[in-house]
Amino acid sequence: MNDTVKLPASLTGNPRLDRWVKFEDDRTVRVASGKVEIGQGIVTALAQIAADELDLPLNRVTLLSGSTEHGPDEQYTSSSLSIMVSGASIRLVCAEVRALLTEQAALRLNCSPEDLIVSDGAFVRDGAPTGLDYWDVAPALDLSRAPTGRAKPKAASAYRLVGQDVPRADLPGKVCGAPDTYLHDMRPAGAVHARTLRQPNPGAVLTDLDEASVRRASGDPALRIVRRANFVAFVSQSERAAEAAAVHAESNATWSGLRDLRGPEQEGGWLVGRPAELREIGAPTANTSGATMIEATYTRPYIAHASMGPSAGVALYDGETMTIWSHGQGMHPLRKNIAEVLGLDPAKVVCHHRHGPGCYGHNGADDAALDAGIVALALPGETVRLQWRREEEFAYEPVSPAMSVTVKVALDAAGNPTDWTQEIWSASHVQRPGSGSGYLLASEALENPPGPVKVTDPPEERGGGGTRNAVPLYRMAAHRIRHHLVTQGPVRTSALRGLGAPTNVFAMECMMDELAARAGKDPLAYRLALLDDARARAVLERTAAMSGWAKRGKGGEGKGLGIAFARYKNMAAYSAVAVAVTVDEEVRLDHVWSASDAGLVINPDGARNQLEGGIVQAASFALKEQVRLEGSGIASRDWDAYPILRFSEIPPVDVEVIGSADDPALGMGECTVGPTCAAIGNAVAHALGRRIYDMPLNRERIMAALLA
Amino acid sequence: MSGSNTLTVNGKAFSLPDHVTPDTPLLDILRNTLGLTGTRFGCGLEQCGACMVLVDGQPVQACNAALDSVAGKAVTTIEGLAGPDGKLHPLQQAFLDEQAGQCGYCLSGILMAAKALLDRNPAPSRTEIAAALDANLCRCGSHIRILKAVERAAATLRAEG
Repeated sequence: MNDTVKLPASLTGNPRLDRWVKFEDDRTVRVASGKVEIGQGIVTALAQIAADELDLPLNRVTLLSGSTEHGPDEQYTSSSLSIMVSGASIRLVCAEVRALLTEQAALRLNCSPEDLIVSDGAFVRDGAPTGLDYWDVAPALDLSRAPTGRAKPKAASAYRLVGQDVPRADLPGKVCGAPDTYLHDMRPAGAVHARTLRQPNPGAVLTDLDEASVRRASGDPALRIVRRANFVAFVSQSERAAEAAAVHAESNATWSGLRDLRGPEQEGGWLVGRPAELREIGAPTANTSGATMIEATYTRPYIAHASMGPSAGVALYDGETMTIWSHGQGMHPLRKNIAEVLGLDPAKVVCHHRHGPGCYGHNGADDAALDAGIVALALPGETVRLQWRREEEFAYEPVSPAMSVTVKVALDAAGNPTDWTQEIWSASHVQRPGSGSGYLLASEALENPPGPVKVTDPPEERGGGGTRNAVPLYRMAAHRIRHHLVTQGPVRTSALRGLGAPTNVFAMECMMDELAARAGKDPLAYRLALLDDARARAVLERTAAMSGWAKRGKGGEGKGLGIAFARYKNMAAYSAVAVAVTVDEEVRLDHVWSASDAGLVINPDGARNQLEGGIVQAASFALKEQVRLEGSGIASRDWDAYPILRFSEIPPVDVEVIGSADDPALGMGECTVGPTCAAIGNAVAHALGRRIYDMPLNRERIMAALLA
Repeated sequence: MSGSNTLTVNGKAFSLPDHVTPDTPLLDILRNTLGLTGTRFGCGLEQCGACMVLVDGQPVQACNAALDSVAGKAVTTIEGLAGPDGKLHPLQQAFLDEQAGQCGYCLSGILMAAKALLDRNPAPSRTEIAAALDANLCRCGSHIRILKAVERAAATLRAEG
């Protein structure tokens, strides 16, 4: 048993081989994952892993993703863990199944398993076909057994598909507008359309809604109104009528118990001193008397996921079983949460994943699924297709929390850090339903809203939430985090790409530039001198070379070049980013360069796609984005109020994936986000000769810095 | 307003049912009456470009275009971009060659905006492509590949003459 591999959590949680692999009658193999496609290419990458371990071509592998009926429970698709956890599980399962099938075939052929090789699923002996293949011997195997981890997966040198630029399986349908590409396209026969009237804030009570006037405004005399406490939905054969009803109802409903936000709550700085739970992580507070102390505070506001399409859900209740189709990130947690809110047996709730617009974290998808379920429960036998309005998506999805990060550093005589404190104020970064303080939105509007819950954040061993990437990898005697988990925020918050990393890396890497400047050193050389990890140094050195760092000017004349580094979660991929900017009244991105090391990369082109996307999205966060709070909640409810980076603002972006296939695969979907924010901050400081501490680095802030 | 209840989409004339009125948005007709769901609903406010189609060759956001504004005109949607034999349009092929997309939700509208551009300007610069796509939002950050894909398609179309 010495060579038994430690099983990943996904396998110990789903200890049946047949939950993962099924041999189909058409000579294909269905491999299942609990992780879902959210535009990141995971379905393609997992198929590559499975096909390699099973010695099959890709066209014999189909990926079933996100099915509570047939697939494994792997919680949520999050934290850049899908390759590391689901990929590792599928690799072990497929290796074990291949070994079991080969043993079975060897028994029948009266030979040793070592005499057999597999080609396109068929067993070959001494170069000749044996007449047996996987599908012949699979029926004799009982795959309801638990994986043992005893079969040895292939060595990296034996991979045929892993490491290749395999085209995305989902893209052809997406460029052709194929039917049923997205959940939103589902039009089951007889399905009805639904829209909701949202409770403006938790605790608000609907005191008046003139249903007759809503029905008139909808143009559908047969409009049905499903009402439970403070939850209201409008149902019609006509999507347009349901939409018109919701628009009319929103402007005519009367509520009591509305909040009255005034605006200051929307800034990161507002958080400091609010009710919070304090944790101190790391070394005890050092005695730094006599040392030179440097301190600065960096902030970021609330950020929206701002998915291209509003959230939607489809539900059918047949009087016994509730079937849900959703574009959420975890179908098994969704089943449990929906069953709980609707008072159904979880065994009688089935959830199927369908593609949706990219979410980058926890947006309104789960909430829309519950909305559809509530309506379906009231209308048994009817398939309910419920879609949020654009304004609803912006106003009611959970947003990424604002943060304030104060960095305090003690310096030695040479100007190097000896003691580092990163003091963070932030609301929770993960309030996924069923985890910690999370709940499904509509449950607040139903008869018995959930009581107060203990606010939590992901623990450090999972990378932390507000504390993500708050520990410097630079050599120094001591460091610590002071984490104030703000318990009463003005708006619901949850996971967005990188969680706390973009703000912590912005703070840390901007501070590193400030320290380098104090020490009279080049920012790159200053970092390299404090980094012992060769892989960290390599991504920085490569990025610097790509950007022509050696020719970097002294700055201060409107042109800047900045660099930043992080290892995502301090345990996933390494990434450095360099950004060249021109700053006049606003920031123009001239060029971005980035090198990342993710160890073994399953699909290099898919990886580059993620790295590029992370850079562009982070640049948008850093330069443009801020959720506006006013009145009962979020006031920025359309793309004019919430601008994101546009085509005309996109610079050339060069990314490289470096590193060795002999190192284990490291999650990389989020690794460029923090370094991009920080490199922009540093480039702008280089261009202006003064630093801006608060994101977004928009026109208002540039003008304020120029006038200061 | 009579005569509005026919519509030509992708070269085919459709007779529309009575519940479709002259003020019905084109996007609603495409998705819910004709079953052409390739054109996406993004915002309903003409701010994102997800619902872009061509009307007599010009890019139009279908979410707020009333039926009577397109009556008698030729509407082309993403479903009409490939040839009748199913052969992909060079733009679609270029998007696959460049793997230009992540979630893909914005792609229908972007492909149609790019088609309108290449129809009027067969050799656009990178800046001209970006300007032509500026009404189209993409949240995944696929812009870089999309710009390259449009350049690649333009080259293919020029080579095909």
